[in-house]
Amino acid sequence: MKILVCMKQVPQKDAPLKLNEGGTWIREDVSYEVNEPDAYALEEALRQREKHGGEVVAITGGPPRAQQVLREALAKGADRAIHLEGDGFVTLDAFNTAKAFAAAIKDESFDLIFTGLQSDDYGFAQTGVILAELLGWPHATIIMQIEKSDSGIRVKRELEAGFFQFVEMPLPALLTIQSGINKLRYATLIGIKQAKNKPLKKVSFDEVKPALGENLQRIEKLYIPQKTKKTEVLEGPPGEIAKKLVDKLRNELRVI
Amino acid sequence: MADTILVVVEQREGKLNRVSWETITGAQAIAAETGWTLEAAVAGSGVGDIAKEIAATKVSKVYDLESAKLEPYTPDGFVAALKPFLEQKQPKLVLMPHTYQVRDFAPKLAAALNRTLISDAVGYKYEGGNLRFTRQMFQGKFAADVSFVGGPPYFATFQNGAFRADQIVQGDAAAPVETVNLDVADGVVRNKPEAPFKEAKQAVDLTQAQVIVAVGRGIKEQKNIALAQQLADALGGEIAASRPICDAGWLPMERQVGSSGQTVAPKLYLALGISGAIQHVVGMKGARTIIAVNKDAEAPIFEIADVAVVGNLFDIVPPLIEEVKKTKGA
Repeated sequence: MKILVCMKQVPQKDAPLKLNEGGTWIREDVSYEVNEPDAYALEEALRQREKHGGEVVAITGGPPRAQQVLREALAKGADRAIHLEGDGFVTLDAFNTAKAFAAAIKDESFDLIFTGLQSDDYGFAQTGVILAELLGWPHATIIMQIEKSDSGIRVKRELEAGFFQFVEMPLPALLTIQSGINKLRYATLIGIKQAKNKPLKKVSFDEVKPALGENLQRIEKLYIPQKTKKTEVLEGPPGEIAKKLVDKLRNELRVI
Repeated sequence: MADTILVVVEQREGKLNRVSWETITGAQAIAAETGWTLEAAVAGSGVGDIAKEIAATKVSKVYDLESAKLEPYTPDGFVAALKPFLEQKQPKLVLMPHTYQVRDFAPKLAAALNRTLISDAVGYKYEGGNLRFTRQMFQGKFAADVSFVGGPPYFATFQNGAFRADQIVQGDAAAPVETVNLDVADGVVRNKPEAPFKEAKQAVDLTQAQVIVAVGRGIKEQKNIALAQQLADALGGEIAASRPICDAGWLPMERQVGSSGQTVAPKLYLALGISGAIQHVVGMKGARTIIAVNKDAEAPIFEIADVAVVGNLFDIVPPLIEEVKKTKGA
């Protein structure tokens, strides 16, 4: 099976984020990491290749810093990588990101495309589904298990409130992967060494630009959300805070 | 044709998903401000009763969109059915709840119409004739006002809890219901879904707990779960966790609170080292009192906390356990 994994670099989970001057985006001087569900998508692709053979290709869009995500994917075992390189990829909406990916892989023939179920930055949860539509492929979202079947694949979809569902569909297909579908591996020293010699293709913004349209949604303003609740802040040494909390629990909330 | 808002309610196996009421409430508010006409639709096979249920609310019209190919739900079937209907009706705005089912087909539907979807909105603003939707970004650390570019139909989905179902406006008389038979060609639906199931009988029902002590990434290591457990035991409550903790296997999945886990509303929700990502917050924001302990003063959990303790949970929790025990013993 030939599998493409769409990955994204996002700000680190506990990185303190600051707004830029225009209040339209964050300041870029933060630490980045791979979007967590995308790491699970990569792991799942590697496991499928180990079972069924084939090739795993990682793709990302973003400035030069985003290459780190691909380097890590190659070190963990991906066979090659595609970097849509440019600042312009950061501000694309989900539709345009999907168009850019579709344009970059038009000469390839994948059996499966995996994406994480959503990104920690925009949180659209849309790029994968739109990419499937652009390619004319069937898709399934929030996947927790993948097995080959006679006619294609059979996947386990997570539904709400603890429910699941198996869905069968023909290949090629696109799946959005849920965190926790597998256990992530670490890159080995050998893997990191080998990654240096693996092919990493760069595609410039100008190369895919003809395939893009105008962004159909625009962030007018980014801001720190207004509090809807009045929050009481408890301060002091831990022992004192503990006393204040217990006082609340007993006299206000009456839970002890 | 007048500008129309169309709410597509969600049904699963012939049952209305209650979160649809919230979407109608939000749509009613937008309709009142903009003067646009509000209509609703339900798509499925034999869902006329749901259409009637919706028709009791203050909407101008309800469409009962019928096709045998819509049961069971598939993204292929829903898009094939809804696309021509929307092309013909040309609503200005299409609103849906941000459920797992809608996430599965709505981006495909919008893309098939060459339009965009503003997903997971928590509110809207209508100023100077411009409609914008507010959505959370960067895991809730920021909010963004987002506008549509280009022509309609505009698609948006509302997060669970964005509007209150109990504020829905009922109609003076039942709205007319129009049944529309939709044609879905053979071979269009490629997904073959099996019946939904639950993994195992859930032994833990967090929804009944009065006190929940929940842990997030801030707990750092599996062995530290014991500390939170001691606090839960001292308080006579249940221990719960955000998704990453359950993914790591530190606590069983049945103790997960959030969009993919349980939705809880205890008297007290004590969040230890939980940052407050949207997926977690939707599962616990209904708690009567939320106490949050987090070392990051900027953590989004503090936006919804009633009591905020900015500090290291490993400093706070041990004396807290002692105090609780002392008070209870007294």
